[in-house]
Amino acid sequence: MKHASKLADFALLIGFAVMVALGPVIFEPIGAGYPDLLQKFAIYGIFAIGFNILFGLTGYLSFGHAAFLGVGSYAAVWSFKLVSMDLVPAILLAVLFAGILALAIGYVSLRRSGIYFSILTLAFAQMCYNMAYSVLTPITNGETGLRVLRDDPRVVDAVFGYVSPAPSLFGLQMTGWAGYYVCGAVLVAAFGLSIAVFRSPFGMTLRAIKSNQKRMGFTGYNTRPFLLTAFIISGMYAGLAGALLAAVDPLAGAERMQWTASGEVVLMTILGGAGTLLGPVVGTGMIKYFENIFSSYNDVQLAAIFSFLPDDLRDNVVSVLGMFVGEGWALTLGLLFMLVVIFLPGGIMEGVMRLLRLKHTPKVKSLGDSPQRDAIGESVIEDMPPDDHTSRTRESAKAMRETAS
Amino acid sequence: MTDRIFRLNRRAALKAGLAGAGALAAPTFFIRDAWADDFCNMPKGSTVTFGFNVPQTGPYADEGLDELRALQLAVKHINGEGDGGLLKTMKPLALKGNGILGKKVAFVSGDTQTKADAARATAKRMIEKDGAIMITGGSSSAEAVAVQSLCQDTGVIFMAGLTHSNDTTGKDKRAFGFRHFFNAYMSGLALGPVLAEAYGKDRAAYHLTADYTWGWTQEESIKDATEKLGWTTVKTVRTPLGAGDFSQYITPVLNSGADVLILNHYGKDMINSLTQAVQFGLREKMANGKKFEIVVPLFSELMAQGAGDNIKGIIGTANWDWKLEDAATKAFTKSFGAAYGMPPSQAAQTCYVQAILYADACQRAGTFNPTKVIEALEGFEFDGMGNGKTLYRAADHQCFKDVLVVQGKENPKDKYDLLAIKKIVPAAEVTYDPAIFGGDLGSKAAKKC
Repeated sequence: MKHASKLADFALLIGFAVMVALGPVIFEPIGAGYPDLLQKFAIYGIFAIGFNILFGLTGYLSFGHAAFLGVGSYAAVWSFKLVSMDLVPAILLAVLFAGILALAIGYVSLRRSGIYFSILTLAFAQMCYNMAYSVLTPITNGETGLRVLRDDPRVVDAVFGYVSPAPSLFGLQMTGWAGYYVCGAVLVAAFGLSIAVFRSPFGMTLRAIKSNQKRMGFTGYNTRPFLLTAFIISGMYAGLAGALLAAVDPLAGAERMQWTASGEVVLMTILGGAGTLLGPVVGTGMIKYFENIFSSYNDVQLAAIFSFLPDDLRDNVVSVLGMFVGEGWALTLGLLFMLVVIFLPGGIMEGVMRLLRLKHTPKVKSLGDSPQRDAIGESVIEDMPPDDHTSRTRESAKAMRETAS
Repeated sequence: MTDRIFRLNRRAALKAGLAGAGALAAPTFFIRDAWADDFCNMPKGSTVTFGFNVPQTGPYADEGLDELRALQLAVKHINGEGDGGLLKTMKPLALKGNGILGKKVAFVSGDTQTKADAARATAKRMIEKDGAIMITGGSSSAEAVAVQSLCQDTGVIFMAGLTHSNDTTGKDKRAFGFRHFFNAYMSGLALGPVLAEAYGKDRAAYHLTADYTWGWTQEESIKDATEKLGWTTVKTVRTPLGAGDFSQYITPVLNSGADVLILNHYGKDMINSLTQAVQFGLREKMANGKKFEIVVPLFSELMAQGAGDNIKGIIGTANWDWKLEDAATKAFTKSFGAAYGMPPSQAAQTCYVQAILYADACQRAGTFNPTKVIEALEGFEFDGMGNGKTLYRAADHQCFKDVLVVQGKENPKDKYDLLAIKKIVPAAEVTYDPAIFGGDLGSKAAKKC
């Protein structure tokens, strides 16, 4: 059993890698097959995967993850300005600084749980945002955003006489498709690491904390170090995403740390399916797709799409649909989010699971702690009690409460 | 229990490494040689695509949506549809009303959300996916500066929309970026003499400033201009953007010894701070034996609508106003009104003019090659666009034209008739030396993208 499951995980990872590699081909028909959007898919995918390690496994809802993304971006841009245009030092510095910040914020915030934890993280993130916007302007360049300039010192590059107009990885420019494939490779690695975390005893401990933290305490576990580790790992993921964001577009703005950005990653994770492996990536794709493609439709393009209809009917159709595209993209996204939360509390992955179960009914051994499971692989953990109906409904009610909050 | 520590085992690491290597190797199969043009997004078919990058959600969405209306109108006029708008009044004019160089203009639009990050993402989408040859729009300086430097890197021309910070054509100027809107420094030059005339040369000013780039440059410019008149500056206080409640900042003004309050705020901040200042009775107050006054250096019609009665009598500057008397303004207001049933805002006018100017420059250059188009725009002098005789200065890509000093009307007829034009300051009086802000335009060489 254990062996087969490892194979399944491996298959999942390989399948994921193939999907990432074929991204430009897969997303071309829906109008998303261009480098910038695919880069965003990959980068925010990393962010959401990291967030999911905290939220999906421990149930601790952090409302301030954008702070780590922002700090990662600033660290990376400073690395491009002072150290080198190469991506490696930028990523290392970004992950380091994000980790340190996560340690500081997590150490304080994790003394509380539930809504108090969420509010604490939100407060810290807003504090970071406001400082970046005003007091820390010498470091962050305020509202205008920190940019890479031609005459920055770049100590290491100067030693080797290396000149690069844009951030690069060993000379490979991080623009266009090359930028996407570097981000994609990092995404696959991040996904692989997340599988490892999910399957590890550490991941199991986190799930146990989610299911009943008090019980964990009674069995002799000191839960806080585990939570703090998960929080830091998750913060480092965000820092990594921030560094890549700065690499494909060397500008770090304070609004990257705003509470809306923190909320976005929560939406991504819940929309896709919190606690599932693939869910956060799917959710990221959905949200970024709406933000970039739905917002680009306007009445002229709609009229062209419905040109086969008679004039009167077409005008009506266009004026009705026009409310949901262009400036109405957020409305459409909101409606979709409501539908998902109401009918698929486990996110899109739950929908996928239901579809798959219609075709064949796999043996699902429960984790006992989460209504959401992956199509592949979740049956692996056999040392937990089998699923029973009452605990599942209780759990989905709980998930809904969490989403609502 | 000791074995329950987190460990990334050797197998997992190997797998992740293998997969990563596979994904790294993938680009060699998939990178396509799609862009073998002479320059980025060279138009190949019978159309040429403009990218309209405007905020449709967020704090400046009102301005953005008005810009989008104006830009759609500009496309119609360039293609020879509608009543022709400013194509009838612009001098010199190369456009023939049949598109540009025989190609019809198409457009794509996007939502910048009033954020620099999102603005760059939508601009990139337009450049990479939709093949936009030119990007225009935007209603904040942060957006303008961010998109402008992106356009410089990709080699696509950016015709800035509403941006008032000195930096856009100052220290952050770029060869591929052009600004029609005026800036904070010009506001200061235009406003100074009017303030001296209205309020005297012996005044003590107190600044409340939105705490970000645009606020700082405006505070600096207005402070310079008023101190040259002989005013003193009592204090400058920075307020956080989007503060909502300004009472804690306004209370100290009352006993500070100042007799003028200068609000370097924009949008909702300005509406809130002005409303609260009036509610605190500042305008009825006497200080230093003089009547207390409030000045708002940058005005817009949309802000005046929000501030309601409180705007009456307040002095500020504007780029353009639909109530100007020249033929071009009348023509534009008429065709905008016919299309949308309301008068255009200054944001709408500036974007409309930018789109027409770009189209005209391509027609004059005889090509879409950005280097040639930049050269056609640099030093271009034109008239009949609503701002009088205007020059696109080559040194910093800033337009120089008359600046309006406006005052809130005491008895407005309707909600579009809120501002009276107090003085039209001629372009010569607001022209300055481009060297004072530093910055470097950089290369104007066309690039492949």
